[in-house]
Amino acid sequence: MFLLRILKGDRGGQLFLLVLLLVLIAVPLLNGLPADHPAHVSTYTVTLLGKYLTYALLAVAVDLVWGYLGILSLGHAAFFALGGYAMGMYLMRQIGERGVYGNPELPDFMVFLNWQELPWFWYGFDQFWFAALMVFLAPGILAFVFGWLAFRSRVTGVYLSIITQALTYALMLAFFRNEMGFGGNNGLTDFKEILGFSLQSDSTRIGLFIASGVALAVGYLICRALVRSRLGRVAMAIRDAENRTRFVGYRVENVKLAIFTFSAMLAGLAGALYVPQVGIINPGEFAPLNSIEVVIWVAMGGRATLYGAVLGAVGVNYAKTWFTGAFPEFWLFALGGLFVLVTLLLPRGIAGLFRRRGDSA
Amino acid sequence: MSMVQEFFRRDRVFDIMVPKVVEGLDLSHGTVLYMEDVSVAFDGFKAINELNFYVNAGELRCLIGPNGAGKTTMMDIITGKTRPDNGACWFGSRMNLLQMSEPEIAQAGIGRKFQQPTVFEHHSVFENLELSMAGPKGVWPTLRARIGASQRARIDEVLELIGLVEDAQRQAGALSHGQKQWLEIGMLLMQNPLLLLVDEPAAGMTHQEMERTVELLTSLAGEHSVVVVEHDMDFVRALNSRVTVLHQGSVLAEGSMDQVQSDPKVVEVYLGE
Amino acid sequence: MLRFIVTLLLLCLGATLPAAEVETGDARLDAAFEQLLDRNFDVKALGVAALAESDHPKRAELLRGVLEGELRYLNKPPRLVWMREKDGDRHAIDALDGGDHGKFSSRKFKKLPINNAMRGQIRGLLAQLQLSDPDPEVRLKSVNEMLDNPEPGHEALFRSLLDKEQDPAVRAALQSALALAGLGAAEPGQRRQAIAELAGSLEPAVRNGLTRLANGDPDEQVRADAAAALQEIEQRVEIFGHLETLFFGLSAGSVLVLAAIGLAITFGVMGVINMAHGELIMLGAYTTYLMQQLLPEMTGLSILLSIPAAFIVSGVVGIAIERGVIRFLYGRPLETLLATFGISLVLQQLVRTLISPQNVPVSNPDFLSGLWQINSVLALTYNRLYIFIFCLLVFAGLFLLLKYTRLGLQVRAVSQNRAMARAMGVRSARVDALTFGLGSGIAGIAGVALSQLTNVGPNLGQAYIVDSFMVVVFGGVGNLWGTLIGGLGLGIANKVMEPWAGAVLAKILVLVFIILFIQKRPRGLFPQKGRAAEG
Repeated sequence: MFLLRILKGDRGGQLFLLVLLLVLIAVPLLNGLPADHPAHVSTYTVTLLGKYLTYALLAVAVDLVWGYLGILSLGHAAFFALGGYAMGMYLMRQIGERGVYGNPELPDFMVFLNWQELPWFWYGFDQFWFAALMVFLAPGILAFVFGWLAFRSRVTGVYLSIITQALTYALMLAFFRNEMGFGGNNGLTDFKEILGFSLQSDSTRIGLFIASGVALAVGYLICRALVRSRLGRVAMAIRDAENRTRFVGYRVENVKLAIFTFSAMLAGLAGALYVPQVGIINPGEFAPLNSIEVVIWVAMGGRATLYGAVLGAVGVNYAKTWFTGAFPEFWLFALGGLFVLVTLLLPRGIAGLFRRRGDSA
Repeated sequence: MSMVQEFFRRDRVFDIMVPKVVEGLDLSHGTVLYMEDVSVAFDGFKAINELNFYVNAGELRCLIGPNGAGKTTMMDIITGKTRPDNGACWFGSRMNLLQMSEPEIAQAGIGRKFQQPTVFEHHSVFENLELSMAGPKGVWPTLRARIGASQRARIDEVLELIGLVEDAQRQAGALSHGQKQWLEIGMLLMQNPLLLLVDEPAAGMTHQEMERTVELLTSLAGEHSVVVVEHDMDFVRALNSRVTVLHQGSVLAEGSMDQVQSDPKVVEVYLGE
Repeated sequence: MLRFIVTLLLLCLGATLPAAEVETGDARLDAAFEQLLDRNFDVKALGVAALAESDHPKRAELLRGVLEGELRYLNKPPRLVWMREKDGDRHAIDALDGGDHGKFSSRKFKKLPINNAMRGQIRGLLAQLQLSDPDPEVRLKSVNEMLDNPEPGHEALFRSLLDKEQDPAVRAALQSALALAGLGAAEPGQRRQAIAELAGSLEPAVRNGLTRLANGDPDEQVRADAAAALQEIEQRVEIFGHLETLFFGLSAGSVLVLAAIGLAITFGVMGVINMAHGELIMLGAYTTYLMQQLLPEMTGLSILLSIPAAFIVSGVVGIAIERGVIRFLYGRPLETLLATFGISLVLQQLVRTLISPQNVPVSNPDFLSGLWQINSVLALTYNRLYIFIFCLLVFAGLFLLLKYTRLGLQVRAVSQNRAMARAMGVRSARVDALTFGLGSGIAGIAGVALSQLTNVGPNLGQAYIVDSFMVVVFGGVGNLWGTLIGGLGLGIANKVMEPWAGAVLAKILVLVFIILFIQKRPRGLFPQKGRAAEG
């Protein structure tokens, strides 16, 4: 009932959820077929699809703040990476004695750096519930503090975009330092198992794939419910006429802060699901380029539609996989060209092609 | 010695004793807005210069003045957008506007219509009015808000008043300039404010629309206090209210339209020497 | 005396040990090298002394060869040789008569092994030889070198030189050298006199000598004097240390200003967010590289020619970007940001595909390498010094251009009120294109400067884009002075923090500082004021 209400009028969303459901059912079944069967889906592909789904969730988070709130965040990869690091720290602790140095307490890189004991901020990460909490809290708190400072002093538009970029850049530099205690340049890797399931096994990979799909669906529905609520309409009002909204009596700063923080947590969740599937998290994930790429997924798919973000994320990443396989040196030409063409010719993205003119955004 | 005397002056109120925000509006003195000795300068240019301005409860007041007289800046100060360099600004006799943020001022009961009509262009007319409705406006209540029957009735009432019943589901961005002006006035009414600040409501309106606007604004007076800034003298005359002339950031003259127009100082300002 | 002992030892040793020999055609040289080839380092040291004592015209050259390990010896026939390039091969050339001994191989032509004590000895001896050089700078350098390798005989030598010396700088150096020697005088009064003469000298040898006295002199007065003099010297050293940090900061800041100033025009004056700005810098650096490929022999000239060339290359590309993409996006800053970011990716990949995915080598001309040694604790590298001057020149040029030319007037008019400027007959489309070209061209010039400081590669621009935006936003958008002050300030802040925080952490701290600063002053150090500035 609730589902029907929040999806009312969202034809794209209905279609997307239907397709997602089908994929989530079909892919594990097809993976179960014998390897020589023509419809067999390899575990590699399953993991690849799972990775796309986490990207899609990240894109939905970016669309929520950019499409509906008008904040072009060039730092969402930072929240994604923080969520990923929280999960990576849990996975590191799960390695236990199976590391190269066989130290039950310390991850390999700490032994290598001659550290004697676990730094305080690694405490608790051997527990899954604690890591899961941190997946939301670490990006959430950063977004809250950053947003509180930025929105209160009314930093908007391009300035905000640039300082979000500076934020992720500063974090990248910080995480590159060995002294930070997050594995420096190499990051966290060589994971063995999650919740007792081996990360190498097919069933765990399918489980992670399904978890990513479910997270995407739930994230999508929450965002949809949010933008349909009066708060969502206030957000759009802020996007279109910030001062007017203020004079109508809404505390613009608080609305922005709440939605921005929520979006950061969603990005953190995406990062946490991403890390066990790709098997590594390193400071490269903080690179400003990554954040900007997410924005282009959203722009490509169509801002302020949510399902467009999913479409863009999967589409662009599929193209990236294909290009880097077939013509590695042309990928950046294609991506760069995409940026220019989409902004010049398709300001409303692919989703905009299907929508009626004058349809409410 | 004089410093000590300063402490014993009987009319002196210490800053620490001045309440910041007091719940509820005190209109017991019959004045809804006090502005005293207000000055503000941009880059050395005095936009407002020791301005004194009072608005009575239920009054309709027109504010005229040449360009750069400080009309818009004055509204910015009242609504909290600009902070004055010095002076006092009170809403009723107990609410210090200088210590409140824009949303707080709006919630307290001051509504403002901008010079350029600003409505939420991507929302329907109905939604524009819904968002402006008086009521709790925090993040959580807004998230959970559902529109009730009485609220719907109030929106319909305002739609009727501003003549946009048929356009209720249209996107506000698609309205004509005059309709946007009306919608913005409607949004003001939804806020149910005690004081309305209306900046150039007649701009871009046909003669008929203007007449209806005059009708609407005069009907609002009494229940609400209304301050209208306008350049169109016919419109001001039609409102038939007290007029304040602003010049170089302070009040030049005040009185009925006829009194003001015969004031030699005003004539000089408008026509030059 | 020395010669006597040498001869004596030679007689003894020559009789007992069969040493390797060389034939030079000069008996004293032969004797010296026989000792030099001995296994015992004490004997070797005697050989070095004997070589220096001989009046052979090539003794300095040979000593330097021994010091640097370039002089080799051959057993059969017993000859001293240099390794020299000849016809594309390495040949062993006789050190004395210039004859060719065939192809060089390090197994056949052996080094003369020496130890560190001998290295110091040789340097001191070489310095003594140079003391009679006609060039005063060489003499000054050799006095300072001898100060670092003190020997008992130096004092008398300095005293005799001081009488003949005309050059004031060399005289001063000699005097302080004598005073330094005086630190070891037997009389406490003489020592104190020497301390007084040395006050304020920054030579490391002086500081070592004073430290020795301050800690261990038997006379209390001398200890106190030495300590006081030392403290004064330390203070001066500290001041020069600060000056050096300031200089490093200014030069690092100049790089930031150069990178940011083009952006200050496109972003500040036109309101265009050009994420491809870094790549325009990169194009400037590659222009320098290509220019050097065209003129491989003339590094200096090619750098000078690169400046206008880079301006034109980046400027033309900038105008193309403006005409092709940006002009469709005026008033939509976020879209501009995305589109220009796309362009930056394309430009990077273009360079990778057309030139090389690796870094390319760009050589420095002679006038940009080397040090300006102001005194023994403060030395400024020329490339940093020139970057600073270059930055100021570019800034001044741009400032004058905007202030006093017709284009500058039009640019300012369009940036303040586009509609009004149009009404006054300014062709705003043309002005936009030219302004963007100007900003881009300056990015190209910045690229020439950067090519002299960092690696030139496809990622060069990316490294500077975040920094450049920070500088512009920190300084205040639309304000050239803000960019200059902001850039230099950030450069200095970075270098001041580096010693205790490390380079990376300093950079992070600066970024965090700017993020916080923008919260406090959203419009930068020098904001544009008034109602018009409120967006």
